[in-house]
Amino acid sequence: MIQPVSATQDNLAISVSGSGGTGAVTVGLILLEAIAKAGFYGVMTRSFGPQIRGGESAVMLNLSDHPIETLAEFSHIHLALDWLKFERFSDEIPLTQDSLVIYDNSREKPPGLVENSGAKLIGIGLQNAVKTIKGSRMNMFALGILTQQIGLDLTFIEAALKRTLGKKGDDVISTSLEAIQAGMRMIPDSHYEKLSHWHPTQKPRWNISGNEACGLGALRGGLKLAAAYPITPATDIVEYLAPRIEKLGGRVLIAEDELAAMNMVIGGSFGGLPSMTATSGPGFSLMTEAMGLAIASETPALVVTVMRGGPSTGIPTKSEQTDLNQVLYGFHGEAPHVVIAPLNVQEMVTISQWSLGLAEALQTLVVEVSDQHLGQSRVIIDPIPPVDFNLKRLRPPATTSDYQRYELTQEAVSPIAWPGTPDTQYTADGLEHTETGKPSSMAKEHQQQLTKRAQKITQHNYGEHWAKVTETLNATVLVITWGSSYEAVRIAVEALNQQGADISLLGLRLLMPLQTEQIQAVAKDKTVIVIEQNASGQLFHYLLSDNAIPRNSQSIAEAGPILFKPSTVQTALIHCLEGLK
Amino acid sequence: MTHASQTPLEKITVKTVKPTEYLSNVHPVWCPGCGHFFILRALTKALAWLKLPKEQIGLVSGIGCSSRLPAYLNVYGFHGVHGRALALASGLKANRPDLTVLVAGGDGDGYSIGGNHFIHACRRNMDITYIVMDNEVYGMTKGQPSPTTPAEWQSKLTPQGTGVARFNPMGIALAAGASFIARGFSGDPNGLTKLMTEAIQHKGFSLIEIKSPCVTFRPEEKAWQKSMRSLNVSPSSNPAEAAKSIYSSDGFDTGIFYQADLPVYEPTNTPCENPADVLAEIEKELNV
Ligand SMILES: Cc1ncc(C[n+]2csc(CCOP(=O)(O)OP(=O)(O)O)c2C)c(N)n1
Ligand code: SF4
Ligand SMILES: [Mg+2]
Repeated sequence: MIQPVSATQDNLAISVSGSGGTGAVTVGLILLEAIAKAGFYGVMTRSFGPQIRGGESAVMLNLSDHPIETLAEFSHIHLALDWLKFERFSDEIPLTQDSLVIYDNSREKPPGLVENSGAKLIGIGLQNAVKTIKGSRMNMFALGILTQQIGLDLTFIEAALKRTLGKKGDDVISTSLEAIQAGMRMIPDSHYEKLSHWHPTQKPRWNISGNEACGLGALRGGLKLAAAYPITPATDIVEYLAPRIEKLGGRVLIAEDELAAMNMVIGGSFGGLPSMTATSGPGFSLMTEAMGLAIASETPALVVTVMRGGPSTGIPTKSEQTDLNQVLYGFHGEAPHVVIAPLNVQEMVTISQWSLGLAEALQTLVVEVSDQHLGQSRVIIDPIPPVDFNLKRLRPPATTSDYQRYELTQEAVSPIAWPGTPDTQYTADGLEHTETGKPSSMAKEHQQQLTKRAQKITQHNYGEHWAKVTETLNATVLVITWGSSYEAVRIAVEALNQQGADISLLGLRLLMPLQTEQIQAVAKDKTVIVIEQNASGQLFHYLLSDNAIPRNSQSIAEAGPILFKPSTVQTALIHCLEGLK
Repeated sequence: MTHASQTPLEKITVKTVKPTEYLSNVHPVWCPGCGHFFILRALTKALAWLKLPKEQIGLVSGIGCSSRLPAYLNVYGFHGVHGRALALASGLKANRPDLTVLVAGGDGDGYSIGGNHFIHACRRNMDITYIVMDNEVYGMTKGQPSPTTPAEWQSKLTPQGTGVARFNPMGIALAAGASFIARGFSGDPNGLTKLMTEAIQHKGFSLIEIKSPCVTFRPEEKAWQKSMRSLNVSPSSNPAEAAKSIYSSDGFDTGIFYQADLPVYEPTNTPCENPADVLAEIEKELNV
């Protein structure tokens, strides 16, 4: 029997919490940047209370000397700027007897759940310390304490501080630095001085969030219009684009609602230029009619949906892989389109560029599915080299007579004219139409055009990006997962394989059109287990319904918003494998 | 500011460009006698008079009898979904300010299902011309009341009438920030052609609210021919005055009620000469 192993890598997990205005998030941002400057990697996630501004917040960092995107199993160090509503974060900040909890002892006592965790507690006079340096803030002392605890060189903190708070002026920087240094002296012995055992890299790296990576990928793909209506957790994508897209000759349009946003994308794209929107489940619901228009009129359009807990308003600030059914089936009529989900932040840049390119080349709707976790995690990654997918719109030849916008062709993609070109005028239509675009309700034309719209998508060669397949020799088990679950599942599978298991892993990126034969080939003679973060097993049922996986496949499906950790996946996998014997 | 030109209507006969050149070979699905025919004709005349190259025109519509218009013209057209034409057109104009962007549709399309987009298109005041073919009914779905239908009009859906006050499109356009507001009548082709040329030349969002009888479901609207007055109002650039003339009109006055020089929303559109370098600059921000 395979015993659960500790899935913790050689990582260092730090969390910071505090009520509004205490600056917990700033501590996290500076620490992450400093760790990166020191030559390491890390991921930072955040959690907020329901208040719009000024509520309690927490940051969770998982640091390592190699790329890392998963959440930590528990916090090695938790620093509480205060204990206000700490219970809210207890799921996300697990504490064990190996944890060190540092808190301000001039305020409330640690709550029961912290005391009962068995963590080592150190109370210090943070509030009193603030009084010793004029204009200082408590969070900078806290940053100093953490710096000392993990043995991080002050020069990295100083550089990160300048980058993060530089806009606030020299006075703020020097006062902060003074407070950090004072903080370093508050608990002189380091409890988690791990960094000295790690191997720093000299390589350049990026500090990027998933939503930024998505925006960057679209810019690389030549995006010229982003039209959107704000919605958590997708807005950051458009906020990233707004000041940058203009420099590249593009623009952002703020729509009055998602119905408008999607139609603006279609109009902009009809104008000849790559266009996209970003939204989340509720906005996606409003967009579906117009997405059908993009499909029927064969207008390229990219929709990025950043999933959150649903249905209805659900849990806007937290993650769940719960909208797969929506992005696959949320349309009326036969609506062939492309659905793609990146597996981690690292590949978000390239996969987003690919998604936009596919919309352009296939003249259809591409839905890129992300989620709150992928979108709002901030990660240190190796820079992503540029790629050229060579995916462009097919234009009619320079001299065209008798132009037919919806001409039936071998590839089922017909040349799309640039408005402004003489002699190729046409009317794009959501009504069924003939090859010229003339409205038609004839059976023959409906058959022809709907076959064309499906064929251009199924016939396309998607190449190697359709999935990330990691096969082990003699594997008897295949684990299939998607999106933000991938990283936790990957580490769990690797750990089990190190223990002697033979498990292959398939991270499915191209969700539609489903590459059934390729999945079948990988799944051949193996027991398949599908892992996903939703209650009903949406991916599992989808794969089953298309016979991509055998009838006796197993499902591990768990609702959000508590994200998978390598250990929880491992336990679930072991349990599942035991049950199969 | 462009004021109503002084060209006598009869002189809008075109030498160099023929209105028929703007027609496609698709025959309209409209009922014989439908007011929408005359709007189509007036539009081709206006385009010919302005000598606008066909390929420089983007004509966007929603769904309804009226919204069938784009297919009947030999321009770049988009027949989209019900109510969203103005949003689609805004995206088009944002990406392609070089095109002359026209939007056409019905009272149901624009004022009911598309009401929110109507308000925000007025407010944005992009350089777009909006042609509403108002027959005070949902023609395509066979005769239900629209927002402009009189409260007492009885239909299958509303046997006692709607009992709801009518929507005042021009009043709302004024309040929302449109910079050109006119009423036309499909039975006055010359007057209409003139309004269209003015609206298209106006820089900003232009609404032409055109009374267009639905001879099938509102045959009584044929009587509009007797009551409509040809271009009897003169434009004001003062919103208070325009509001007065809009609200005091019995609905049969035509002409430009309001035309003002208001800020036009034009999203940045500066082509990038060296995208690779700019991208490299943008990516530099990410370096740790
Ligand atoms: C989302 C949606 N709801 C309802 C309809 C049905 N529908 C088609 S046209 C129309 C009304 C058209 O009225 P109007 O815009 O005044 O145009 P007219 O036919 O009168 O010219 C309706 C309700 C639709 N096509 N789409
Ligand atoms: S139903 Fe009315 S609006 Fe529609 S085509 Fe016939 S007459 Fe015109
Ligand atoms: Mg109507």
